[in-house]
Amino acid sequence: MTESAFIEMDRVEKVFDVRKKTGFLKREVRRVRAVDSLSFTVARGEMVGYIGPNGAGKSTTIKMLTGILTPSGGRLRVAGIDPSRERTRLAHRIGVVFGQRTTLWWDLPLIDSYRLMHRMYRIPDARYRENLDRLVELLGLGELLDVPVRQLSLGQRMRGDIVAALLHDPEVLYLDEPTIGLDVVSKAKVRDFLRELNTERGTTVLLTTHDLQDIEQLCSRVMVIDHGRMMYDGPLAGLHEAGESERTLVVDLERELPPIEAPAPARVVRVEGPRQWLAFPASQSAAPLVARIAQEYPLVDLSVREPDIEAVIAKMLHSLGDTPKPPPERTTA
Amino acid sequence: MAEDTWATEDSRLREGLRAYRLIAVMWIRSTMAYPLSFALTAVGGLVVNGLDFVAILLMFSRIDTLGGYALPEIAFLYGLSALAFGFADLAIGSMDRLGTRVRDGTLDTLLVRPAPVLAQVAADRFALRRIGRITQGTVVLGYGLAACDIAWTPLKLLLMPVMLASGGLIFCAVFVAGAAFQFVAQDAAEVQNAFTYGGTTLLQYPPTVFGKELVRGVTFVLPLAFVNWVPAAYVLGRPYPLGLPEWAAFTPPLVAAVCCALAGLAWRAGLRSYRSTGS
Repeated sequence: MTESAFIEMDRVEKVFDVRKKTGFLKREVRRVRAVDSLSFTVARGEMVGYIGPNGAGKSTTIKMLTGILTPSGGRLRVAGIDPSRERTRLAHRIGVVFGQRTTLWWDLPLIDSYRLMHRMYRIPDARYRENLDRLVELLGLGELLDVPVRQLSLGQRMRGDIVAALLHDPEVLYLDEPTIGLDVVSKAKVRDFLRELNTERGTTVLLTTHDLQDIEQLCSRVMVIDHGRMMYDGPLAGLHEAGESERTLVVDLERELPPIEAPAPARVVRVEGPRQWLAFPASQSAAPLVARIAQEYPLVDLSVREPDIEAVIAKMLHSLGDTPKPPPERTTA
Repeated sequence: MAEDTWATEDSRLREGLRAYRLIAVMWIRSTMAYPLSFALTAVGGLVVNGLDFVAILLMFSRIDTLGGYALPEIAFLYGLSALAFGFADLAIGSMDRLGTRVRDGTLDTLLVRPAPVLAQVAADRFALRRIGRITQGTVVLGYGLAACDIAWTPLKLLLMPVMLASGGLIFCAVFVAGAAFQFVAQDAAEVQNAFTYGGTTLLQYPPTVFGKELVRGVTFVLPLAFVNWVPAAYVLGRPYPLGLPEWAAFTPPLVAAVCCALAGLAWRAGLRSYRSTGS
């Protein structure tokens, strides 16, 4: 293993036997490949977005990387450790935030949960104090340390959970839906913090999310997984190409007119009174198109819309011959 | 993992106890966040437990002996069973919630901590109010000891603490094995309760009132008889259930050790199946 490959997955598989009741005592056993020969490496200090539809195998991957689940096959290393064999040793080196499950103590002041981490992870006193002060300040939790967790808002609790996951200086942080259910301000705070954590401390970050703004704002690299297989691994920009994504030009004309005759591949996709929507490839500049329309039509106003990544992914998965048949919904989020 | 040396097993045990203590303290403090609620449930528990023995007292207002045992002897059996169970219940009684943790996925948050999962689950929802059962058991056992006409010998005196400790461990093993089963069947908490709460109720009555098959079952299959029936027979100078030999009275530590070992294996198997199949 090279030193730079901090997380290493080599043809990792995870097969579940799903039992379905079909009669009084009869059970139908079906094998589900949650993760199917998945390979990737993540270098130390990378910040990677891990996305895919529900049931694609994201959570299963994270659970294998944290040692919660044992892979059915393949080779898996995090910091040189086999997670499922040396779960507790690995625990000292990783931080995990489950978006929908808090690890904080509901009825106790926030600081008490941190004191427990301090002792459970045997964090040296000086380092604990230093980390706590820094994290609490960065995430704006200073005044909330003595407040019982049950009185915190969802956003505050999420930030509280992030602090709890980082007190022991983990080298890698896994975040499962870190901004789910948060308001705009809380989302921004969490994102700013993660960016700082990654650039200042060099912490490797792997995050799963449904919020594509998270990815756009944070991750230089995206991995798209579906049906347990890697569908795309590369920069965000490349995802647009792979998905043949299109930008949209919205033009307001002086009056209702028949659809604009735009030069191909640009085309009108929607007309609503004096407003018209034109789609054109994301890789192409909008300038010539705008100039042409301004010349030939009575233009009042215009705007350009960036492609919606969700649509890009859907399109990409579709173009790869992936029929939209999601694997059985699993209760683990 | 099979070639775990004794040294690492020992350090795992110490790590586990440490984690258990840390988490239990957190639960006690959580409970104390609502002091009135704690006081009420503690008093309520004490009353309910107290009434439990009152039922037996009422029964003895009509009869003189039950299965050949007089009231003080019943109190002796009752106290031993209640105390042994009380220790186990206080220590790891919330393990029957494991199924819930498996179902809602919160077990995962314990699996990413640098501490043995068994210790974390054992300390889960640690409830000090369970001391109520121990208190009641102590009172009843005290009455039994005072009222019974026991010919004390050094060996009998020695057997008392040994019996209580072994009994507590046997019940602990039942709790752990029951929890391990919940990895497979997540809503089996009630099945587990049948063996734990049901078991302690069974032991509060002398073996002579039960059918032979049942006594056989709790002697050789699920060896609850070694919590009090068998050793108490020695202390009280009573015939042994199923005509067991006299030395059987001194086997509870051995039985407890075997139970704990089996429960430990069951726990490992359960956890392994969880980690290889997911929730």
